Amino acid sequence: MSTPVLDVRHLAVQIPVADGVLHAVRDVSLTVAPGETLCVVGESGCGKSLTSLAVMGLLPSTARRTAERMSFAGEDLLTITPSRLRALRGNRMAMIFQEPMTSLNPAWTIGDQLTEPFLRHGKGSRRQAVDRAVQLLERVGIAAAGRRLVQYPHELSGGLRQRVMIAMALMCGPDLILADEPTTALDVTIQAEILHLLAELQREMGMGLLLVTHDLGIVARVAHRVAVMYAGEVVESGPTVTVFNDPRHPYTRGLIDCIPIPARSRPGVPLGTIPGLVPNLVGGIEGCAFRERCAFATAPCTRTVPVSHGGDGHAWRCVLPEGVPSLLENPA
Amino acid sequence: MSDATLPKPTAPALQKKRGRILGNPGLVVAALVLGLITLMAVFAPLIAPHDPYVQVLDDRLIPPAFVDAEMSDPRYLLGTDNLGRDYLSRLIYGARISLLIGLLTVLVSGVIGTTLGVAAGYFGGRVDTVVSFLITTRLSLPVVMVALAVVAVAGGSLRVVVLVLGLLLWDRFAVVMRSATMQLRNLEYVAAARSVGCSTPRILLGEILPNLVSALVVVASYEMAQAILLEAALSFLGLGVQPPLPSWGLMVAEAKEVMLFDPWVILLPGLAICILVLAINMLGDGIRDATAPEGRS
Amino acid sequence: MSGEARPILELRNVVKRYSVGRGLFARKRALMAVGGVSLAVQRRQVLGLVGESGCGKSTLAKMVLGLEVPTEGEVLIDGRPIASLGRLERARLVQPVFQDPYSSLNPRKTVASIVGLPLSVHGEGSAAERQGRVEEMLRLVGLAPRHAAAYPSQLSGGQRQRVAIARALILKPQLLICDEPTSALDVSVQAQILNLLMDLQSRLGLTCLFISHNLAVVQMLATRVAVMYLGRVVEEGPTAEVMVHAQHPYSRGLLASVLTPDPSLGLPETGLGSVFPDPLDPPPGCAFHPRCPLAFDRCGVEAPLLLAHRGNARAACHAAERQAMAAA
Repeated sequence: MSTPVLDVRHLAVQIPVADGVLHAVRDVSLTVAPGETLCVVGESGCGKSLTSLAVMGLLPSTARRTAERMSFAGEDLLTITPSRLRALRGNRMAMIFQEPMTSLNPAWTIGDQLTEPFLRHGKGSRRQAVDRAVQLLERVGIAAAGRRLVQYPHELSGGLRQRVMIAMALMCGPDLILADEPTTALDVTIQAEILHLLAELQREMGMGLLLVTHDLGIVARVAHRVAVMYAGEVVESGPTVTVFNDPRHPYTRGLIDCIPIPARSRPGVPLGTIPGLVPNLVGGIEGCAFRERCAFATAPCTRTVPVSHGGDGHAWRCVLPEGVPSLLENPA
Repeated sequence: MSDATLPKPTAPALQKKRGRILGNPGLVVAALVLGLITLMAVFAPLIAPHDPYVQVLDDRLIPPAFVDAEMSDPRYLLGTDNLGRDYLSRLIYGARISLLIGLLTVLVSGVIGTTLGVAAGYFGGRVDTVVSFLITTRLSLPVVMVALAVVAVAGGSLRVVVLVLGLLLWDRFAVVMRSATMQLRNLEYVAAARSVGCSTPRILLGEILPNLVSALVVVASYEMAQAILLEAALSFLGLGVQPPLPSWGLMVAEAKEVMLFDPWVILLPGLAICILVLAINMLGDGIRDATAPEGRS
Repeated sequence: MSGEARPILELRNVVKRYSVGRGLFARKRALMAVGGVSLAVQRRQVLGLVGESGCGKSTLAKMVLGLEVPTEGEVLIDGRPIASLGRLERARLVQPVFQDPYSSLNPRKTVASIVGLPLSVHGEGSAAERQGRVEEMLRLVGLAPRHAAAYPSQLSGGQRQRVAIARALILKPQLLICDEPTSALDVSVQAQILNLLMDLQSRLGLTCLFISHNLAVVQMLATRVAVMYLGRVVEEGPTAEVMVHAQHPYSRGLLASVLTPDPSLGLPETGLGSVFPDPLDPPPGCAFHPRCPLAFDRCGVEAPLLLAHRGNARAACHAAERQAMAAA
């Protein structure tokens, strides 16, 4: 196996808040190989976005980040100098944010914003930057790309803006893209197109893709591997097919069961749900964070739950010896 | 992170609010100072050691003890002015004038400005065009000049000063309330209130206004400070409150003739104005911070 | 009495045009947000309204709520034109649940006063009675009595949406308008809200217009589905029929783009492209033809009518018509 483009071991992020310390990310280990898509999935507040921000070094200034190891293509991100990190960011690692409406600067033209990172990282002349911008805009499916360069973000629709964001992320030919809910603000038909595009470009350029989402539907369709996060921890990870076919953590099962499926879910037949609320992470948690919402919780769940391993890299943080059955009345 | 919410809401929320008030030393100090000045103003007849109007011509310009211990007189804690009136008593009564003018002016200008601003923001269209024109017109008038002209024509008195300032200082209320209302108008809870059958006044008073309060408090505090300063300025120029009323601005004016020999005469009322204005501004800022809805940064 | 068959909601050729200023000197242009929609919702039925953002579905909802006035056509609720209803009367007939539970609740009010507002506006019952009904309503939507004293900021997104549902139902309206009630929520919370709405629908016999961009969500509740594209209904019919045998290529595209958690499937080919047309300058003929994989010359010239080609569903599509004719 080739060396991973991103390797994170035991990442923790703590944020001091009014009534204590918020343990937003508690113990997260991730690797992304070149050409691989890793999806980090979980509900809002589970720490998935903070994980990607921590990798980029973009955490809020009050947050404290600790990790045993955090390296990007062999380069240690824990001891990296700010100037070296800036040289990597937007160049070899790029980020796509959720809100295409607010992550483009309304005062600059599309062309300015596309060429800026290319020029800043000294990738070539302005001429070359414009050429590459046009080429990439066409590649992401924007017609009349040359004309778009002089337009401002407000002249484009949400779907087009997200395409511009993707083109911008690709300008410097990155090794790793971190995409935080890149399609949540978009319509379903456009979502499918954008994901197609991302997957295709990734194959073509051999980039690693870390995709953060709350939608297991997206995960199932695009991820090679998946990491399910709950309350700041990765509770289950492994190859997508394995995790979906044989989920070992009740939370993963719950997330799968709550998705409505056309022509299978029927009116009157309730969807699976996960009762209760996400626990408060201020002050830290003992034992399995999910046990209060879990139908299978037993006494050992109150102690620290060790990580169990299956074949092919499947790992889960649960004491249950067998897989978790679907709680739906009519499992498919 | 918003979904990691506390399941038991009420008690911690109250604690948090209390914590936000007590955790803001500026707010606490400002509230104490302002409370003290207000008490002083309300109970002036009980507190003041002398009648502020009685002139004892033998006791003119007696310095307070901390300026000149030998010349000072224990009967006059802060000395006397050049007509032999007790300075402490005049300062205490002066607080009444300043607070009265500040509050009444803000009341007048706040009602005018808020009504215009909320109407413009909520109804938009023609109403907005008219109000915007009024605001622009008002902004093109230099406050001090107009105030001077009006007072010069109508004669200076407390009532005239309040009316003039009240009719001049509503613009900031209108501008702030207009833009804040425009944002609120498009929120879904306003649409929900309309769908529920709320009348327009009910929406304005029940849904819009409560959410404008923190902005209102900030503007009001700023305008109150502004009004107090303007009153002092007008009185200093002899066009505001008329003697022998003990306005702080007037006291500064009366003191300027002797200021080279007895600087404390001008320093004390000046300091009083400064402290009052500072306290009002700090209180406004503090209240804004403490009353912002939870979860809003 | 013919009242039995009378639909609770009826839209008769409803049109909404906005005039849009484009810059300081350009002439204002007409934006056709809704271009002639006729629909009916029978008692105890749920009509699912599906389409992408900008297709006019939210404008339609606002007109049903009386928040916008149609440029042409009529909105009838329980047989009465909405324009003729007073605001209190209208409120008793229709109530909304909006998309964003973070902006649909007044942050300065407690849950009890938000849910109780409709009762006090309509002057129903004494304060004690109102409190009782609020508590009952909160229980019905799955909130604990202690939540009554909470402020919206102390609740999670799902709890807030429950409050919004309680507020909408407390007047026992004839018609509930749900405008994307789950699209601002996590999938796990979405499931809870959908289950709640399903449960309330069967228990209270709600009549509902349910708007969403996700067909998979709509089909959980809807008895009938209407698909909108650029201000027009392009397909309408019983849910099962539309879900299984969608006739309009746009409905099929929407269905295909639902991402189910099945890792063996990979990303769907919708065949739609993603170029949403400029609503200020809609394509001639069938507005969908530039994106349509089945488009032929007639589509660029003549706008198709909403007709029944097969079964009980109607579709506005020349290709579907041709297919149906070939099959016959």
